[in-house]
Amino acid sequence: MAEKTPPKGLQDRLERNIWALLIVTAIVLSVGGLVEIVPLFYLKSTMEHNRYPEIVWNKAGSVPIVTVDAGKEKWNWKPGDGMRPYTALELAGRDIYQREGCYTCHSQMIRPFRDEKERYGHYSLASESMFDHPFQWGSKRTGPDMARLGGKYSDEWHRAHLRAPRSVVPESVMPNYPWLDKAAPDAAKMQAHMRGLQTIGVPYSDADIEAAPGLLEGKTEMDAMVAYLQVLGTMVKLDESKVYRD
Amino acid sequence: MEAGLEQKYNFDVVRWFTIMAVVYLVVGALVGVWIASQLAWPILNFDSSYLSFGRLRPVHTNAVIFAFGGSVLMATAFYTVQRTCSVRLWSDKLAWFVFWGWNVIIVLAVITLPLGFTQAKEYAELEWPIDILIAVVWLAFSFNFIMTLATRKTSHIYVSNWFFLGMMVMITYLHVVNSLAIPVGLLKSYSVFSGVQDAMIQWWWGHNAVGFYLTAGFLGIMYYFVPKQANRPIYSYRLSVIHFWALMFGYVWLGAHHLQYTALPDWTGSLGAAVSIAMIIPSWGGAVNGMMTLSGAWDKLRTDYVLRFLIVALAFYAMSTFEGPVMSLKTVNALSHYTDWTVGHVHSGALGWVAGVSIGAIYHLMTRLWHTEMFSEKLVNFHFWALTIGTVVYIVAMWVSGIMQGLMWRAFDEYGALAYTFVESVDAMHPYYAMRAVGGGIFLFGAIIMLYNVLMTVRKSAVSGSLQKARLAAASA
Repeated sequence: MAEKTPPKGLQDRLERNIWALLIVTAIVLSVGGLVEIVPLFYLKSTMEHNRYPEIVWNKAGSVPIVTVDAGKEKWNWKPGDGMRPYTALELAGRDIYQREGCYTCHSQMIRPFRDEKERYGHYSLASESMFDHPFQWGSKRTGPDMARLGGKYSDEWHRAHLRAPRSVVPESVMPNYPWLDKAAPDAAKMQAHMRGLQTIGVPYSDADIEAAPGLLEGKTEMDAMVAYLQVLGTMVKLDESKVYRD
Repeated sequence: MEAGLEQKYNFDVVRWFTIMAVVYLVVGALVGVWIASQLAWPILNFDSSYLSFGRLRPVHTNAVIFAFGGSVLMATAFYTVQRTCSVRLWSDKLAWFVFWGWNVIIVLAVITLPLGFTQAKEYAELEWPIDILIAVVWLAFSFNFIMTLATRKTSHIYVSNWFFLGMMVMITYLHVVNSLAIPVGLLKSYSVFSGVQDAMIQWWWGHNAVGFYLTAGFLGIMYYFVPKQANRPIYSYRLSVIHFWALMFGYVWLGAHHLQYTALPDWTGSLGAAVSIAMIIPSWGGAVNGMMTLSGAWDKLRTDYVLRFLIVALAFYAMSTFEGPVMSLKTVNALSHYTDWTVGHVHSGALGWVAGVSIGAIYHLMTRLWHTEMFSEKLVNFHFWALTIGTVVYIVAMWVSGIMQGLMWRAFDEYGALAYTFVESVDAMHPYYAMRAVGGGIFLFGAIIMLYNVLMTVRKSAVSGSLQKARLAAASA
């Protein structure tokens, strides 16, 4: 250090001492994130199911969502019963949704506006993506919102649309996904994925994980994708007379 | 040229990062033009999973942000810290580890993303083993930088280095927290966070990747290269102190404005918007600080092509840091969110500001590092106009398409029903998507000209032996 004039104030001190500058910068940088993020994990008002418990299926984790016996599916959950984890087939579809980067063009988050209500339905709740690791709200609508897509079109429409979007929507700019018919999800892999989610708190029962091979038997990636798209927005039955968010 | 520079400093690693930055600029822009064209002409997806838009879009963003942006930041940070501290890099070995490590990460990204291995979080798509490698290389980069500052020969730490330091600390926070995931396979993992918390953490990362990686880091570049190229001291020291601390404290809060009107609690989004508006002041303070450095020497802009890049970049910086806060307001965001307006805003920052200031700095570095003039000044000027015109065409196309989309989605007819179906809005975008691809194409053409000019300058230096002479002069001095 060339000259040794005494420092004039805090800024001068920091400019002469890298460690002090490093520590002060690190502290200043942490404030905004702490204030905005940490409360979201603790404030009860963040998640609507704290006020309206019926949003979540009360048997999630204790009763299997669906079991397969001799090739026949037996469902313990029905649409509207509330939020539950994805079945092995739906999760396989969701993995494909992520793999293909669908979130780069499709959102899954309906905002509380009149036009969005008319086009897509009731605004999305935070609790509706409580089991989504990671969230898939998206940031861009090159294509329409997917949050309440389930049940709007037939399975056959989805298959035709995924194989060749312009065969059903001539103006569409979506890529064709012909390879989804040619691959099949792997049951052992899906079980590993479900166990991973189980360890970070997604309420899968062991029976849900055991049901994977039966559910995936003979299914293609196309089947998985359609199963995922058809469950979107169908889990919770929202009541128009209730105010879920202030 | 001062004698002994080549011996005193480690310029070799800076030279390599500089060349790779130009290569990655061409690659990143090429993929960008490609995916922009796919949106205009979907046949270009070729029914190939590896070439489909959803998989190539992360290749584009990773290539321009981490490959191009990262190489520029590492070249300029290693150059600036040595020159302003009057000392060699703390460790040559660590610097080379950073160079090879970073390039291995880029190669892994280019392989894994088209194969569909992704964490599905924007700008943080790379899977967990690559994330770990990024953390290691980033910390090595930061550690070498900080240790070089610790061993400096000057009494005070120059302002550029504050900005680089802020970026290093914040990117470490962001990358580590946002990438926390549970591995369920060699190249598959799930974020440990879900839903609304994951969304907030993602946009805390997403906006600050812009705020710190693409802004603070490039302001570090601005504070060194603008005064150097203009050969005048920075306009105001006080303004730079305010600029730095306000940016460090404030930018962190902005992520929430990406989630206006979503299921994120209202208080968080409003807080994000309020701080966003306040950020106009330090951002413009910084832009003014850079531009006014030319005060009394504006005539240089007529003759100095490199200075043109730097000053026009600052103009784009000022424009996009005004546009950003406006878009964060709830009423504006209600229209602009989910539309191409956001894409246009990002590119006025990315093409105009980040690429502009980087390219100016690279042309400046070329002459210093190879001890020769550029192969062609005319081509530098040509590149300037290609960058400026390409960027303007791009952002104008996105303004029109974005605002049109927003208005079409919310339009009602006289009976109170939606006036347009969604696909009518998609159809209406076609001419603007084509125009965007043209704007991007002009920008890409400029980048290719730059690569040619840069490689010819290296060749010229090799033929004339200018770098060799500088090395020998150093040895005998």
